[in-house]
Amino acid sequence: MGGLLCYPGILRRLEGSTCILSTEVDSCKITPHYCKIQDFDESWYQQFHIIVCGLDSVVARRWINSVLVSLLQYTDGELDQSSVIPLIDGGTEGFKGSARVVLPGMTACIECTLDLFPPQITFPMCTIAHTPRLPEHCIEYVKVLLWPKDNPFGGDECAIDGDDPQHISWIYEQSLKRAAEFNITGVTYRLTQGVIKHIIPAVASTNAVIAAACATECLKVATQVAHHMNNYCVFNDADGIYTYTYEHEKKSTCLVCSQVPQELSMAPTDSLQNLIDKLKDSPQYQVSVTAYTDNISVKKIELKAKIKKSNLGLSDGVQLAVADVTSPNSIIFNLRLSLPMDVSSPLS
Amino acid sequence: MDSKPATPLSEQSDKTKKYDRQLRLWGDHGQALLEAAHVCLCGSSAAMSSQGLGSSGVLGAEVLRSLVLPGIGKVTVLDDALVTQCDLDNNLFVSKDSLGKPRGEQLLQCLLEMNPDVRGSLVEQSTEGILSTQPNFFDGFSVVVAVNMHEKTLLELSECLWRAKVPLVVVRSYGFIGYIRIQVEELTIVESHPENELPDLRLLDPFPALKKYFDSVDLESLSDKDHSHTPYVVIIYKFLQKWIEEHGRPPQNYKEKKMFGLMIRDGMRQKSSGEPEENFEEAIKAINTCLGDCRIPSSLEELFALLPSPITPATPPFWLVLAGLQTFLEENKRLPVTGVVPDMTADSASYIEMQNIYREQAALDSEAVLRHAQDRCQQLSCRTSSLAETRPANGEVKGSGGLVSESQVRLMCRHASHLRVIHGTSVAAEYCGKVNLGGGEVEVSDSDVVWYVLLRAADVFHSEFRCWPGYHDHQVEADIVRLKVCVNRLLSEWGGGSAPVFTVKDDHIHEMCRYGAAQIHSVASYVGGCAAHEIIKLITAQYVPLNNTLIYNAATATSLTLTL
Repeated sequence: MGGLLCYPGILRRLEGSTCILSTEVDSCKITPHYCKIQDFDESWYQQFHIIVCGLDSVVARRWINSVLVSLLQYTDGELDQSSVIPLIDGGTEGFKGSARVVLPGMTACIECTLDLFPPQITFPMCTIAHTPRLPEHCIEYVKVLLWPKDNPFGGDECAIDGDDPQHISWIYEQSLKRAAEFNITGVTYRLTQGVIKHIIPAVASTNAVIAAACATECLKVATQVAHHMNNYCVFNDADGIYTYTYEHEKKSTCLVCSQVPQELSMAPTDSLQNLIDKLKDSPQYQVSVTAYTDNISVKKIELKAKIKKSNLGLSDGVQLAVADVTSPNSIIFNLRLSLPMDVSSPLS
Repeated sequence: MDSKPATPLSEQSDKTKKYDRQLRLWGDHGQALLEAAHVCLCGSSAAMSSQGLGSSGVLGAEVLRSLVLPGIGKVTVLDDALVTQCDLDNNLFVSKDSLGKPRGEQLLQCLLEMNPDVRGSLVEQSTEGILSTQPNFFDGFSVVVAVNMHEKTLLELSECLWRAKVPLVVVRSYGFIGYIRIQVEELTIVESHPENELPDLRLLDPFPALKKYFDSVDLESLSDKDHSHTPYVVIIYKFLQKWIEEHGRPPQNYKEKKMFGLMIRDGMRQKSSGEPEENFEEAIKAINTCLGDCRIPSSLEELFALLPSPITPATPPFWLVLAGLQTFLEENKRLPVTGVVPDMTADSASYIEMQNIYREQAALDSEAVLRHAQDRCQQLSCRTSSLAETRPANGEVKGSGGLVSESQVRLMCRHASHLRVIHGTSVAAEYCGKVNLGGGEVEVSDSDVVWYVLLRAADVFHSEFRCWPGYHDHQVEADIVRLKVCVNRLLSEWGGGSAPVFTVKDDHIHEMCRYGAAQIHSVASYVGGCAAHEIIKLITAQYVPLNNTLIYNAATATSLTLTL
């Protein structure tokens, strides 16, 4: 059984932890990959039975989520369960944490639950520029307005490096000056770092608990020794110890996982105009706008081009997203290039 | 502007950098307490324990790990176990070549590598041995952790620590079940860090300086710019006076508050851009949270009822300050002002001016509480110290006996509405008495409470048969029957000898035997992480500890807390 652990981290930490694990458990082979999760494509992720995440951003989670959803196979509109790769995701923030089990295509996915992620705190520009009141406003002023103006570390527009103490110190000292102008107290080095790096407080204990919860779920999914979590658990040990596990519902309008791809069969010798006509005329869809892949819109001039020759990269198995003004969601088609010229009617 | 800056003045110390993420949660003062603490990890003797259990087994290791990483001062492992093949198979903290070596030593070696700031030592004896030969052994520890400990030993330890006033944290890991029990006689908490603190704006009963400030603002005569940059607290106050003139009292309920909001909206001026004035929008939103801040919280009244009488030099500072707070309340009929105000759309000068009024009053109130605390202390030898203002980076020092510092008074005044005191119960009292699990009204057979019953029943089983139910593969079926007998015996004892108030389903009894006291690492890790954090709460006296039992069910990913 193959599992994939994704988390950001410096090379040494990754290698270090792999070393501890690999010397103690002979039957478990661990292969570290030091790179971005986006460096691999879908086919690489397909080799795994389970994926466990300890990622540091919503963006990364959404990415891996959409990869796993794109690997799903449908036969006649029914999900082929063997194409489902469970995703176990954990996250922590101070004394709060959450763990969940996502079965792409079957349960709520990461995208379905986007509103669970707390919004980032931002300050209005006029406050930063003209009416600062809090020490945070002073720090933001230096970060957003003063730094680009002064370019204190020379060179070609040197960007702020949150891990460089010299950068942080400069920002800290300028923030103090700004604060002094307005009689604002409370600018500290720690606060400065926190604002610049968007630091989220963290402790070993919460990380251990959530990691353990994810590991337990992984064990259950792999061995079926007990039923896995269905499907989202929140944890908070600031006041006593509180957990709550519930089934987060799959969103019927989720842009990532609620689009069951339909089959669209065309002949390679058909033109793009034929394809669009099929969608327009089909009683099932009655599409009224341009189709596009990879967000490239079709220009009129290419409509006469044969599908196989068009430079839109249309080949057998490609997914087409068809946007229609009549619906907020796209319809996804798997293009099947074969001889008969039919739009196959999908099973409901 | 300066060219490249010189070496930063404020370069952080290595420790501050290392612990940065957690310092943002409990502060330098909390960290100082953590680094001064000494925790003891103990279990049952190797002779009495099944393989893998014991204080330096997986569960103990996981508790310690989440204490070592954040920088606990010192740990002592009390364990006479040697590394066995079972440990090599399931414990990541012992190295491959350590068969036959003291297991506690292996654990310490592994953990201390993770954080060289921590000191550790091994006492190669059993808890049972120590309890009989050195009963004062545990007196000096900040917290003692009992890991998968046998009931008989646990009860002796519980009584010993209760007498010594040393907090005890009991942890167990049993198949998919986790268990934590906190035993602490008294814990006073100044910084409980409540989730949603209401702003302390004193709109219904402004102190004199605040009233003077409010009265000094004439909204109508302000220029458009100043009008839209007046802090919302002023706006609410002004319209509140109008409302009270019309209705005789402040808005009471949802309907009235809505009407009050409309009244404020009417007072909004049209901005040239057509957009609404943000400060007025903020005022309307704030109505729900700003108009109920004058009542003395009942939690504080309950604390006053616990004040020791008489106050003596030996009374801890928390109670001394609380006494001062009580006098302040009697005289002023209000809590000390916290001095903390939320951000409000305003020009900088107005905001700072308004903020300073609250801050200055907070300082005056805190001084008054300090004086009252001094007065309440009858004896001459009860000293109070007006230490020079310590900057937050230096950390608070909890005084002993009668030493009260200005910074502690200020801290307690700031958090007066959220002070907490925990008075716990002893494990010995719980285990030797009748356990009340819901009085029969609660349908407990499907709740995780059954696992508490089953853990206690397993203890009964073990004391009779000298092994855990289901541990031996060849007698699982027989054990199921025996365990059921133990369960029923316990339940009828608790029910006062009559029929049990609820039944434990056979499914659960089978499951318990399936577990056979197995140690599953991820379950141990979950329990260990939770327990470590409870220990940190006990040491730093910040945040609110569990009071007093947690049952964790990893099979269903659920948990339950009880006060027993």
